[in-house]
Amino acid sequence: MKPTEAMRIAWDAILKNKVRSLLTMLGIIIGVAAVIIMVAISAGTEATIKEQITSLGSNLVFVQSAMTRGGPGQPPRGGLVFDDAAAIQEGVDGVKAVVVEQNSSETVKAGDVILEDIEILGTTPGFPSVRDVDIAAGRYFNEQEIERKSKVAVLGASVAEELFGETSPIGQYVTVGSTKLAVIGVFAEKGLVGNTDYDSRVYLPITVVFQKFTPSMFARIMGDRIRMIYVEVDPQANLDDIITQIKLLLVKRHEVTLDTADFSVTTQQDVISTQESTTAAFRSLLAWVAGVSLIVGGIGIMNIMLVSVTERTREIGIRQAVGATPADIRLQFLTEALLLSVIGGVIGVLAGVAGAFIFGMVSGMRTVVLPASILMAFGSAAAVGAFFGYYPANQAAQLDPIEALRYE
Amino acid sequence: MSARRQIITTIGLTKIYGMGDVSVTALNGVSITVEEGEFVAIMGPSGSGKSTLMHILGCLSRPTSGQYILDGEDVSQLSKTQLAGIRNRKIGFIFQAYNLLARTSALRNVTLPLLYDHANPKTLEEGDEKARAMLKLVGLADRVDHQPHELSGGQQQRVAIARALINDPVLVIADEPTGNLDSRSGEEIMGLLHALHQQGTTIVMVTHDPKIAAHTQRTIHLVDGLVDEIVHNGHVAQVSALRHKEAQHETH
Repeated sequence: MKPTEAMRIAWDAILKNKVRSLLTMLGIIIGVAAVIIMVAISAGTEATIKEQITSLGSNLVFVQSAMTRGGPGQPPRGGLVFDDAAAIQEGVDGVKAVVVEQNSSETVKAGDVILEDIEILGTTPGFPSVRDVDIAAGRYFNEQEIERKSKVAVLGASVAEELFGETSPIGQYVTVGSTKLAVIGVFAEKGLVGNTDYDSRVYLPITVVFQKFTPSMFARIMGDRIRMIYVEVDPQANLDDIITQIKLLLVKRHEVTLDTADFSVTTQQDVISTQESTTAAFRSLLAWVAGVSLIVGGIGIMNIMLVSVTERTREIGIRQAVGATPADIRLQFLTEALLLSVIGGVIGVLAGVAGAFIFGMVSGMRTVVLPASILMAFGSAAAVGAFFGYYPANQAAQLDPIEALRYE
Repeated sequence: MSARRQIITTIGLTKIYGMGDVSVTALNGVSITVEEGEFVAIMGPSGSGKSTLMHILGCLSRPTSGQYILDGEDVSQLSKTQLAGIRNRKIGFIFQAYNLLARTSALRNVTLPLLYDHANPKTLEEGDEKARAMLKLVGLADRVDHQPHELSGGQQQRVAIARALINDPVLVIADEPTGNLDSRSGEEIMGLLHALHQQGTTIVMVTHDPKIAAHTQRTIHLVDGLVDEIVHNGHVAQVSALRHKEAQHETH
C-alpha cells in the first residue's frame, strides 16, 4: 500500500468518526497547548525581569556590604561606609558615577496636602544617570549640597502632582517629617520597576537622610554604614579592570585581604545570568509538567486505537482476505494514530498560541510564544502518536484473517 | 488424465487444531484436483472440514501437513505476508455475508484489492476504470457510487463478485454465496457465476444446499475430514476406487 493511500484511508476513518476523533485528539490538543502556554508565560516573565534589571541602569557594578556580626552588645564589624563611595569615585579609573542609597519613610506635607508614609530616598548626585531616570523640571542636587547637607528635595512625578497639582513645585517648600526642604527638581514618570515605584518617592541628599531621618538607635550603632554602592561604569572601560580596582581600593581602606573581604562586587551581567539560569530551570520544569499531559494524551490515543482495532476487526479481515499483508494493516493503523496526533498537534499549537495571547490579556502577565516551544510540542505530539500508535497497529496486523472475518 | 492445466492440486492435506490431548483433526488427508475452467462444489455436514478446506484453498490458513499446489506453485508453507500476496493476485473471494466495507462506495469496495497489489501498482485512474468495467459486468454500472447500505443483498453480492474478479484471479472461492439471499436473488447470483464459468473462470463453491451444488460440474463431499465421494454431473465415482488408482500410480 502506498503511503498516500494509507493517508487517504486514515483520513476517511477519522472523518467517519468525527466526534470520537476529536475526543481522542483532545489529550494531545491540551498537552501541546499546555506546553506552549507554560513556556510562553515563563518566557514572558523572564523577559520582563531582564528588562527590569536592565532598566536599573546599564553598565552597573554593585558593591555590596558583607558585615560580620559583632559579639554580644558589640556593633557589627566591617562593611561599607559612606566615604567608600567617594573613594571609589575618586580612586578608580573609568567610573562615571557612584550612588549610595539610604531610605526611610516619613509624612510629607505641602500647604494643606498631607501624604502619609512616603518613601524618602537619600542618594548622591549620580542617581539620575545610574538609575536612568530623567529630570522633567528643575535639576538634581549636586556635590556641594551633599557636603553642606543642604535642605533640598527632588520629587517623584506622582508625589509632585499630588502635592502641587498643576502648579510648578520648583521653588516651593515641602515638609518631610519636621524638616522643611526646598523643591529643586521633579522627575519624569518612570513607573514601577520591580517592586519599586520611582514616581511616589521623595529624593534627598543622602547626608540629610543620615542626619535627620535615620532612627537614632540605628544611627548610633551603624554610623554611616551603607548596604550597597552602585557604580556606573564608562561603557568603553574594561569592566574586569574596574572590578579589580574597586576590590584593591576597598581591601586597602578596610585593612582586610581579598579572602576576608567584608564586601562583594557583582555586575549587572552577573545578576542577569543568575536570573536567567533560575528562570530557565523554572521554564524547563513547566515544560516537563506540560509534557506529562502530552504522554497522557498519547495513552488516550492508544486506548481509542485499541477500541478502534477491535471494532474494525471485520474490516481488517476483509482487507486481509483481499491481500493486505500484516505490514499493510500496521501501516494503516499507525498512519491513523499519527494523523490523529498531528492534527491534534496543529489544533494544539493554534490553541496554545491563542491561549497564551488571551492569558496575557486577561492576567496582564506578559507571554512570549517561543518558536522552539511550538516545534518541541508539535514534535513530541507526533512522536507520542507514533509510540502509542504502534502497539494497537501491531495488534491489528497480528489478527488471524479467518478469526477477523468471523468477528461479529 | 486430462491435459488441462491444474489450478488446485492437494496431496494429503491435514489440519489439526490445538495440541496434544485437546487436538481436533479437521482435515485428515484430503487429496483433490481442480482443473482450469472447472466449476466445483464442496459439500458436507457441519464439522466435515469443508470450511477448513476452503480456508486452506483460499490461502487464509496453512495445512498442518500435506501439500497444496496452486497454479503450479507450492503454497503449503508460505509466510503470512507471502500468502497475502497469493490471495491478492490469484484468488477472488465471495462470502456469504458479502463482507463489503461499510460506508464505502461500490467503486471503492471493488478497487480495494488493487491497494494491496504491490507487484503491479495501478494508478487511481486505471483502477477506477477497471472497477467500473467489473461493476458493468455484474450489472451495477448505475450503482457505482452507492454505499452497501443503499444496495439490496443481491446487489451487494454482485459488488463482492466484481471485487473478487478485479485482479484477474486464477481461482474464485465462493463460500455459501447465496446463503443470505432470497431464492430469486440467489438464482441471479448463480446465473452470474454460471456466466463467469462460461467465460472460463475456475470456481470452487462451498455450500450445504444440494440444489445450489447441482449447478456445478462436480461436487466433492467431505465427511469427517475426508473426501467421501465425488459426484460428476450426477455420476458417482467411488473414492475408494480413485484412491486405489492413485496408489497404483505411485507404485509405478
